[in-house]
Amino acid sequence: MADFNSEFWSWFISAIVVGGIVWLIYLLQINNKSSHPSDGKPTGHVWDEDLQELNTPLPRWWLYMFYGTIIFGVVYFVLYPGLGSYPGMLGWTQESQYDKEVEKANAEFGPLYDRFLKEDIVALADNTEAMATGERLFVNYCAVCHGSDAGGAKGFPNLRDSDWLYGGEPEAIKASIMYGRSGAMPSWEAPLGGTEGVAQVSEYVQQLAGRDVDANMAGAGKEKYDMFCVGCHMADGTGSKAVGAPNLTDNVWLYGGSAMAIKQSIANGRQGRMPAHAEFLGEAKVHILAAYIYNLSQGSK
Amino acid sequence: MNDETMTYNYTVVRQFAVMTVVWGIVGMAVGVLIASQMAWPAMNFDTPWLTFGRLRPLHTNAVIFAFGGSALFATSYYAVQRTCHTTLFAPKLAQFTFWGWTAIIISAAITLPLGITSSKEYAELEWPIDLLITVVWISYAVVFFGTIATRKVKHIYVANWFFGSFILTVALLHVVNSAAIPVSLFKSYSAYAGVQDAMIQWWYGHNAVGFFLTAGFLGIMYYFLPKQAERPVYSYRLSVVHFWALAFTYIWAGPHHLHYTALPNWAQSTGMVFSLILLAPSWGGMINGIMTLSGAWDKLRSDPVLKFMIVSISFYGMSTFEGPMMAIKTVNALSHYTDWTVGHVHSGALGWVAFISIGAMYFLIPRLFGTQIYSKKLIEAHFWIATIGVVLYITAMWISGIMQGLMWRAINDDGTLTYSFVESVQSMHPFYVVRFMGGVLFLTGMLIMAYNVFKTIANRQPVTATIPAPAAAH
Repeated sequence: MADFNSEFWSWFISAIVVGGIVWLIYLLQINNKSSHPSDGKPTGHVWDEDLQELNTPLPRWWLYMFYGTIIFGVVYFVLYPGLGSYPGMLGWTQESQYDKEVEKANAEFGPLYDRFLKEDIVALADNTEAMATGERLFVNYCAVCHGSDAGGAKGFPNLRDSDWLYGGEPEAIKASIMYGRSGAMPSWEAPLGGTEGVAQVSEYVQQLAGRDVDANMAGAGKEKYDMFCVGCHMADGTGSKAVGAPNLTDNVWLYGGSAMAIKQSIANGRQGRMPAHAEFLGEAKVHILAAYIYNLSQGSK
Repeated sequence: MNDETMTYNYTVVRQFAVMTVVWGIVGMAVGVLIASQMAWPAMNFDTPWLTFGRLRPLHTNAVIFAFGGSALFATSYYAVQRTCHTTLFAPKLAQFTFWGWTAIIISAAITLPLGITSSKEYAELEWPIDLLITVVWISYAVVFFGTIATRKVKHIYVANWFFGSFILTVALLHVVNSAAIPVSLFKSYSAYAGVQDAMIQWWYGHNAVGFFLTAGFLGIMYYFLPKQAERPVYSYRLSVVHFWALAFTYIWAGPHHLHYTALPNWAQSTGMVFSLILLAPSWGGMINGIMTLSGAWDKLRSDPVLKFMIVSISFYGMSTFEGPMMAIKTVNALSHYTDWTVGHVHSGALGWVAFISIGAMYFLIPRLFGTQIYSKKLIEAHFWIATIGVVLYITAMWISGIMQGLMWRAINDDGTLTYSFVESVQSMHPFYVVRFMGGVLFLTGMLIMAYNVFKTIANRQPVTATIPAPAAAH
């Protein structure tokens, strides 16, 4: 895609760039008439009683430095893009520079990662060298949300425990990182008939988690739960890894376990999103990260 | 002819000169507070209007437009009258620029901490204030160019070229960059979108540096340095060349703030090349300043005001060397988004802009109040404390910035980044503490100045500045 919507603008830019440089050279030339009779003497103008100016010639070193920068500029505009749509002799663009640098890095480091990619994730989890790389990848790409210890935060799952939304098997972890995940808990306030219905279901959900609750409320909540929630969270509340519906019986809460937080989740829904990394990191790095996270979760058992 | 035309108009000059000191203290105190927040985040006291995000624009607006702006108004009004041998044109309008400018600064001090912002850097004020700025600025232009037009001498003194180009260009920059669509009294959206908005923003931003903080302050240098040194300006020819080259070249430099972004390659290149060419025009000003002192170097030993001026020109030369270097893409790839930029800006802002303003105020204030400076020793103390402050500030930011850039690009044998982002933040902490101390020293210097100025004004005598006849040499 061209940077200009018509040839005119390309010529316009080129003309003022070239014209500007020519003008600078002209400016230097006309003020550099050497051996003027008044060189180094006052110009004869006096302001405010004693302000005067000497007519000293331009310092040589300064003049040559000025010409030097102009020559640099001219050479640069010949070699690099700058004069409108003229691409420059080197054909350089920032996009091509980026592609080259990525290519170089892939050529240099690719074989290392490809070697790890051939190994099974479970086996890789015991490979100290791979786990050192995995930790570095984790602190740079994952720690911002999941924490540098992978302990998670509100809305960002703890990756050290054995509780998994989408499954803790090596391949499931890898799929989560590769393709991302989109949580899709809808807003239930209207279908449940307002805040009362939300409160009842919340009471029942807490009962599922083994808390002491108001039996009447929970009973009413169960009726609604069986109608609306079982599809994803299952009749016994253990959830479904196929759709990423959390287990409600284990007292692990992604968005907080207080009655208030649970009510908020039910009433307004939750849309957690794990971005896809396949394109950004490539499969080999994701493979190592999956092994690193698998390894962390194994430690918790 | 009435009496008013026989004497110089010092009223508005006095007002702006005193406010230069006041706003300097305010702006720098806010700077010291937010510098402390970088080192110790608890210094925002969990109070929304004391947080960094709201006070940073207050700091920049206060030091650039309140402190620097008042210095420019005071010095340009003083110099233009005296070098034109006539009193200020439209004195009531001149008086309006003072109260208008004060109203703008107070509006900024209220709206920015409340979070009312257009979020354009160095142009954060919302549209009603932008309109007021336009009115005041046009009035300023009328007073300044009206005075030039009614001058009693044939030639226009070099300082006035610089003041004039600063006034004209800032008017253009402000109007174009602030173009916005208001949606309510306190909210507007930029008239430009995407990369065009970014380009307009940095065309404005860099020329705020080029014309507000450079051309204007070169105007100060060209009047006050030869006056204080009692020497003629070194080279008329050099001043012609560097004036036109500076005015032409600066206007191109904005894209160097947008290297390696969505800005087209051609625009980045022109920004880089003209930024480099800018080195010579900038150094032309430095040479003309420093060489004006030739034959009077001994005065540096005894005159602290001259020390402020010469050190400021040295910082000007240093930061106008550093700037073109940082505009080179390869260097910029390391320096961009790091503290190096912050250090660079402050070597210009503290070292150049503040020092030349302080020097000019020490020259101006005793003359405006018909007295001698209260204490030369306190100027000397101010000079040394402020110099140590600047040096601490910029060296801390240089080290911190280059370290940051190097940490971000360091990689291990497996191609992964050596440092996580937070590790780079942690490593910057000691330098943030040093930067804070540098700021405290600079502010201390300003407080000493305020005391000295206060005691000087306490001894004031009535001033009748009769306009002398122009020298016969014409």
